[in-house]
Amino acid sequence: MGRERDDGSRPGAWRLLLNNHLAVSGLLLLLLIGLLALAAPWLPLPDPDATAPVDRLLPPLTPGYPLGTDALGRDLLSRLVWGTRVSLAMGISATLVAALVGSLVGLVAGFAGGRSDGLLMRGIDMLMAFPYILLALAIVAVLGPGLVNALYAIALVNIPFFARNVRGVTLGLARQPFIDAARLSGQSRSRILLLEVLPNVLPVIVITISTTLGWMILETAGLSFLGLGAQPPQADLGSMLGEGRKLLFTTPHVSVIPGLMIFILVMGINLLGDGVRDLLDPRLKSGALSRPLPRTRVERAQTPTLQEEPTSLLEVRDLHTGFSIGRQRYHAVHGVDLDLASGQTLGIVGESGCGKSVAVMSITGLVASPPGSITDGAVWLQGVELLGAPLARLQALRGGAVCHVFQDPLASLHPLYRVGDQLVEAIQAHQDVTRRQAWQQAQALLAEVHIANPAQRMRAYPHQLSGGMRQRVCIAMALANRPRLIIADEPTTALDVTVQAQILGLLQRLRQQHQVSILFVSHDFSVVSALCERVLVMYAGRVVESGAIEQVISAPAHPYSALLIGCIPTPGQGPLQTIPGSPPALDRLPEGCAFAPRCPRVQERCTEGEVGMTRLGDGRSVRCLFPLQAGESP
Amino acid sequence: MSHTPLLSLQGVTRHFGGGRYPWGARRPLLHALQSVSLSMAQGETLGLVGESGCGKSTLARLVVGLDRPSCGRIEWRGEDLADLVRRDRRALARRLQYVFQDPLAALNPRRTVHQALETPLIHLRGLERDARRQHLETLMASVLLEPHHLQRYPHEFSGGQAQRIGIARALAAEPELLVLDEPVSALDVSMQAQVLNLLADLKQQLGLTYLFISHDLSVVERVCDRVAVLYFGQLVELAPVSALFKRPRHPYSDLLLRSAPLPGKPSRVSELQEGDLPDPYRPPAGCPFQDRCPERQARCLREMPPLAPIGDAEGHSVACHFPLG
Repeated sequence: MGRERDDGSRPGAWRLLLNNHLAVSGLLLLLLIGLLALAAPWLPLPDPDATAPVDRLLPPLTPGYPLGTDALGRDLLSRLVWGTRVSLAMGISATLVAALVGSLVGLVAGFAGGRSDGLLMRGIDMLMAFPYILLALAIVAVLGPGLVNALYAIALVNIPFFARNVRGVTLGLARQPFIDAARLSGQSRSRILLLEVLPNVLPVIVITISTTLGWMILETAGLSFLGLGAQPPQADLGSMLGEGRKLLFTTPHVSVIPGLMIFILVMGINLLGDGVRDLLDPRLKSGALSRPLPRTRVERAQTPTLQEEPTSLLEVRDLHTGFSIGRQRYHAVHGVDLDLASGQTLGIVGESGCGKSVAVMSITGLVASPPGSITDGAVWLQGVELLGAPLARLQALRGGAVCHVFQDPLASLHPLYRVGDQLVEAIQAHQDVTRRQAWQQAQALLAEVHIANPAQRMRAYPHQLSGGMRQRVCIAMALANRPRLIIADEPTTALDVTVQAQILGLLQRLRQQHQVSILFVSHDFSVVSALCERVLVMYAGRVVESGAIEQVISAPAHPYSALLIGCIPTPGQGPLQTIPGSPPALDRLPEGCAFAPRCPRVQERCTEGEVGMTRLGDGRSVRCLFPLQAGESP
Repeated sequence: MSHTPLLSLQGVTRHFGGGRYPWGARRPLLHALQSVSLSMAQGETLGLVGESGCGKSTLARLVVGLDRPSCGRIEWRGEDLADLVRRDRRALARRLQYVFQDPLAALNPRRTVHQALETPLIHLRGLERDARRQHLETLMASVLLEPHHLQRYPHEFSGGQAQRIGIARALAAEPELLVLDEPVSALDVSMQAQVLNLLADLKQQLGLTYLFISHDLSVVERVCDRVAVLYFGQLVELAPVSALFKRPRHPYSDLLLRSAPLPGKPSRVSELQEGDLPDPYRPPAGCPFQDRCPERQARCLREMPPLAPIGDAEGHSVACHFPLG
């Protein structure tokens, strides 16, 4: 389930934005102010520049002057509306100019790399190193005061923000395989930049615009306040503030009113900008904003009771785990049973998306919630029901009696801590030992998983070790607290064949020495058969076949198992078998057998109702109405 | 078959880094490929096998002209590849195409399949709109996808489908040689079989030549005519596929063969770590496999064995002082 995909069923960007109340209020504020400013010429407002010395410094709410007048008797409401119009136009155009130039510099620098990159970015650095107000002053001093010159100054000062952000993203994109592919498709460099890179950089540009717009309006106001921007009699928010400054103590409303307008405007922009950023930033989009609970939410209708004393170490009964995304419910696991005795190994095999990882992650409540939740079933470990157990109990089990080893050892080790420190932490979390004792234990563990020079390797950081060694460290960490059960989720998929063979051998020896049970998840029958005694084949969230590994491989009963085994290239065999079609969508599972649409032996009855597990003897069972007989091919 | 090979590499070496910093200190030099020589005939499938970091992908990038060798020469039908790239890189792209390892990363997430497939038709083949439409349909059919898939974005496809799109894009240029860089290693076994069968069919229909890169020997055994085993940037064994699988002569090839898991067979390798890959910044004198080799002798530590013909199988050569019997 790891890959992030936005399907049509996901809530759209617009709806997500509307869910963010702060962003919506910012949007409404902006819309209101923007409409007012746009409509200024048609509103029944007096001339903002018409002076009337008789009516000077009238307080707000005077008849005819709703917001009062300034020192020259000009109507403040009119000046406010016209001034907002100028400030907004200035801020927006300065942002657009800065965005255009800055993004262009960033794109070219990031894409060209090398010397051009260095040259362009050092120029940008110089621009940044200059105090912005000084730079603006210098520009205005050369070009003369005025709105347009202030606009140039502000745009120039803000170019580095865009250039740096865009360059960073472009640099990453320029090394993506799809850029190489575009090059091999015969596109010229400028076309690649425009058609392949720019669309991927666009969100970053929009984010930067939305977060700098407010700042730009403030800077425009600042320059006008200093008398470098709008020239009298023209009104803009900054110059109004500047004019009112001298009268702050006698008639505060003259400066407070434009001040409030600036505050509201910038606040509105920032609220909306934050909302837009949350929406477009891929890191936030991937769920970093929604903090997952410490364990998977359990929403069972009834608490299951134990019918008989559990005999196995681990018993999972009728487990249902799913994900709610938007209005859709994805049934990743529905109705999985499994048993694992002490010291046994059980493999779970299936294509990606069949729910094998979700099933094993549910055991210790590691499925991220939201969006995941367990809706039914029970997990018994050594007679204790885990789904209903208190959190403290579960946390004591994680890394203690039950350990996980994941596919990517680099991602499961902390990059900034030494391997030894991480092992020590794992030991001290569960055992009451001193650091020195824990360090010695950790060293012994590394020796146990056959890492040469354990004393030296304890001080290594994860990136200094090879992939195989990192996975050995992860296994050592799993062993740290004498576990009863190791859950290994594709632990060798990211490794080379030679290293994979070593890791499988290591797991095999540890199992025999420590009487630890292993639950091994893989998409590859041949890897599972190198380690496991029993195997479960999963399809679309269900177990479709289970039995001893040799029997399932030599005489599979479910057509799906047979086809899956036929896909493995083995020396000296006929043409490779394939499975036509693809697995069903988990939010729209078909009626009856989920494999029926792809099954070569499908009959009418297959699509009519639930297909239950049938016992075949020898501890084998299969979820199929017409199972294969030994020697029969699908 | 003509006498000039389709593609030949002569002493191709690729370093990264090297030289000196502006302040005079030496910059670390990384040997990615060291003096690799091999040639490919038209219509054959050459497998390139090795562990991660052995230089497989560097070699692939050199062959399609995405990168240039530090020294040595690559020839396409007797013509220098570097010259070809300099003169007209599109002409090279019409002959040589590349299929990437990660099918989804090789497709721009913000462009439709239609746009991705159309690009080579426009820029490499200069086709008009109507001709393009026809071609797109035949292309989609040839990789077993529906025409309505054209309007979709990459994230709407499974890995296997995305890889078929990648193959379609490479085929759009009507190349003579396809470099397949681990085309199935990111896929599930079921998808893997689909793609492998498709590749075999295409090769037969279009008379293609494949350079097939993989770390999975069981896959290589299925699709290749000859196999080149790469270790630490050096060619250690080159043999017809049957000869290599029947009787590997280099201890490293033997280790690779023993490591491959087979359904229904327990592991045949000891779990002990047999040394590590050498440090690429400080390559050892002598054979690079010395740390992991069970047959190591004093001579292996001093002298790098050259790639030399061995045995009775034609075209079998090995770089080992003491090849396995």
